[in-house]
Amino acid sequence: MTVAADALMAAPARKPTRHSMTTRVVIYGLLIVFAIVYLMPLVVMVMTSLKPLQEITGGNMFYLPHDLSFEPWKKAWGTACVGLTCAGIKGYVWNSVRMVVPAVLISSLLGALNGYVLTKWRFPGHKLVFGMMLFACFIPFQSVLIPMATILGKLGGIGQTLIDATGYSFGFGDPTVNLVLVHVVYGLGFTTLFFRNYYETFPTELVKAAQIDGASFFQIFRRILLPNSAPIFIVTVIYQFTNIWNDFLFGSTFAAGDSSPMTVALYNIVNTSTGVIEYNVNMAAAIIAAAPTLVVYILAGRYFVRGLMAGAVKG
Amino acid sequence: MATLEISALRKRFATLEVLKGIDISLEEGGFLVLIGPSGCGKSTLLNTIAGLESISSGEIRIGGQVVNDLHPSKRDIAMVFQSYALYPNMSVAENIAFGMEMRGVPKAEREKAVAGVARTLQIEHLLSRRPSQLSGGQRQRVAMGRALVRKPRVFLFDEPLSNLDAKLRVDMRVEIKRLHQQTGTTIVYVTHDQIEAMTLATKIAVLKDGELQQVGSPYEIYNSPSNLFVADFMGSPAMNLLEGKVTGANGASRIVIDRRDHPPIVLPVPTSADAAKLADGAKVIFGIRPEAVNDTESMDRNAKSVSTFEAKVELVEPAGSDTYVVTNAAGKVLTARMRADTQVRVGETHSFAFNLDRAVLFDPETSRRI
Repeated sequence: MTVAADALMAAPARKPTRHSMTTRVVIYGLLIVFAIVYLMPLVVMVMTSLKPLQEITGGNMFYLPHDLSFEPWKKAWGTACVGLTCAGIKGYVWNSVRMVVPAVLISSLLGALNGYVLTKWRFPGHKLVFGMMLFACFIPFQSVLIPMATILGKLGGIGQTLIDATGYSFGFGDPTVNLVLVHVVYGLGFTTLFFRNYYETFPTELVKAAQIDGASFFQIFRRILLPNSAPIFIVTVIYQFTNIWNDFLFGSTFAAGDSSPMTVALYNIVNTSTGVIEYNVNMAAAIIAAAPTLVVYILAGRYFVRGLMAGAVKG
Repeated sequence: MATLEISALRKRFATLEVLKGIDISLEEGGFLVLIGPSGCGKSTLLNTIAGLESISSGEIRIGGQVVNDLHPSKRDIAMVFQSYALYPNMSVAENIAFGMEMRGVPKAEREKAVAGVARTLQIEHLLSRRPSQLSGGQRQRVAMGRALVRKPRVFLFDEPLSNLDAKLRVDMRVEIKRLHQQTGTTIVYVTHDQIEAMTLATKIAVLKDGELQQVGSPYEIYNSPSNLFVADFMGSPAMNLLEGKVTGANGASRIVIDRRDHPPIVLPVPTSADAAKLADGAKVIFGIRPEAVNDTESMDRNAKSVSTFEAKVELVEPAGSDTYVVTNAAGKVLTARMRADTQVRVGETHSFAFNLDRAVLFDPETSRRI
C-alpha cells in the first residue's frame, strides 16, 4: 500500500520521455524479433518452392532463388505423385473443399440453433444438456476413433443395402459424407458453446416482441437471431474451418486413397520413399494446403478477435 | 378496445409462488397501472396477460374471451418493452411492419398502415433509419408505433419510460396520456414510478410479494390507502406514520402521540376512521401526508378538523415549488410540506397544524386501515 503510494508520488518526478522511449524500443524490438522468428519458416517455404531442385541441393536455404521457377507449383498442383497416382494434389484440395464447406456450415448452423434453444427456449434440464455438449469439447480425438468407425461401418452397410435396392447410396458410406458427419458431430460442442454464450447476452425482449408479432420458432431464429449473429458466426466459421481443414487424424482414418483430404495427400507426397525428395514440390504443396486458412484469417481475422472479446466480456 | 378481467390468477415457478391469486378487472378504455417494488410480480403479471408466461391457475379474459392458452400473437395485444426491443437488423419501417408481415398482410396495405402510424407519432422522417441511429426518445416512439399499428384490443407497457432521462420521461408521459385519450384503447402499464402511476392511471393496482394490496383510482390509493404498505409506498415524500395510542372509548376517543422532550400530541379521531372500532388503550398508527401538515396560518381554510402542536425544526429542504420541513415527533421523522417562501429556520420551535380531514389510522397488528 505505502510502496504503491510512494511509487505513485515518485512517478511524475522522473523524466517520462526517456522512460517511454526505452520501453518503446524494447517493445518494438521484441515484436520485430518474434515476427521474424514466426515468418522465417514461411519465407523459406516460399523461396524454396520457387527454386529448381539443383539450386536447393547445392545452395543455402536462406538464399533468394536464382532461377525463379514456377514448375514446382505446377507439378505439385497437377502431376506430383500421391501414392500410386501421379495427378498432383488438385483432386485432394477439391476433396477437402467438399468436406469443409458443408461441415463448417452445418456445424455452425446447428450450433446456432442449439444456442438459440439453450438460451431463449429453456426447458427443464437445459443446463445438464449444455454441460454434456460442453463435454464434447474435452473428448480427445483418438478416443472416438473406434466407436466412430463402428458407426460409419453401419452407415456403409445401409449404403450397400440402398445400392442393392435402388442402385444409389444416397451418400451413405461415401468417405466425404462420412468425414462431414464426423466433423459436424465433433464440432457441435464448440459451435454450441460459442453461440450459447453469444445468445446469452442477446436481449430476450426481442424474442418476446417477435412472439407477440406472431413469428414462429424458426422465423424468430432466421429473421431476428441470425441476422444479428455476424460476429459470432465469423468466429465459429474461422474456428471450424481451421480445425476441419487442418484435420489429419479423421481424414487418414476414415478416408483412404483418392477420397482422402488435402492434409493426408500432403503427407503422402512428402513421405514418398522412391526417388529424390523434391523439396520445392513439397513446399509448394504445403503452401497450397495452408493457403485457405491463411486467407480466411486475413479476410476475417479482425472479426475473430472482436467476436471472441464480445463473447468473453459480456458472456 | 376491450375489457380485461383477471380472476384468481396464480403463477408458480417450481416451489416459488410469485403471483398469489390476483383479481383485477379493467373497464373498456381504462388505464390500469401495476405498481410495486422490484420483485413484487408486476412484470410477471404483465407477461401472463401477454401470454409470454404461462399461468398456474386462474383465468384471464380479454373482451370476455378466455385467453389462458392462446399464443401471444393470437391474443390481439401489443406490448411496448422497457428496452424497446426494436429489431436491430431492420429499418424503422420494417420494424413497424414486421407483425403484419408475419400475419401475411399484403405489402401495399402494410406500407399504408406504417405511413399512418408514422404520421400519428411524427416519425415519418425516421422510417428508413436503423434503430441504432435513433435517440432514446425516437426509439420509444418507434416502439409505440410498432404497438399502435396492430390496433390491439389491449396495450401492454412494461416500464416504457425507465430508460429515458428525466425531461424526456415527462414529455413521453404526457404523450402516452394524450395517445390514450385519442385512441381510447385499454392499457395495462407497469411501472415503479408512482408519479407515472398517479398521473396516467384511471386505476392503480399496488402489488407486493405477488399479492394485490389495493386496487382503486389514483385518488383512493393516495388518500385512503388500505394498509401501511400502500400508504408508505405511494407518495413522495412518503406519508408520515406515527405511533399513537387510543384513550377513552364510546365516541369520546382521542389519539395520543407521545414525544420525548415535548408534551404529547393529543388529537381527535380523524374523520376517515371508524371511532366505534377504537378500543381504549389500543395502539394505532397515525398516518398523515406531508401536505396535510402545515403552518397554522396557511392551513387549508376548508379543513373541518385541525389540530396544532409545537415542534423543533430539524431540517429544511427547499424544493422550489414547496419547502419540506422535517421535524421529530415520537422519535420518528415528521415531514411537513410548506409554502416555498416559508420563514422556518433550523433549530427553532415552530407551530404546526394537522389537517385531520386528511389523516388516516392503521392497526399496527394487521397493518390495515381502521
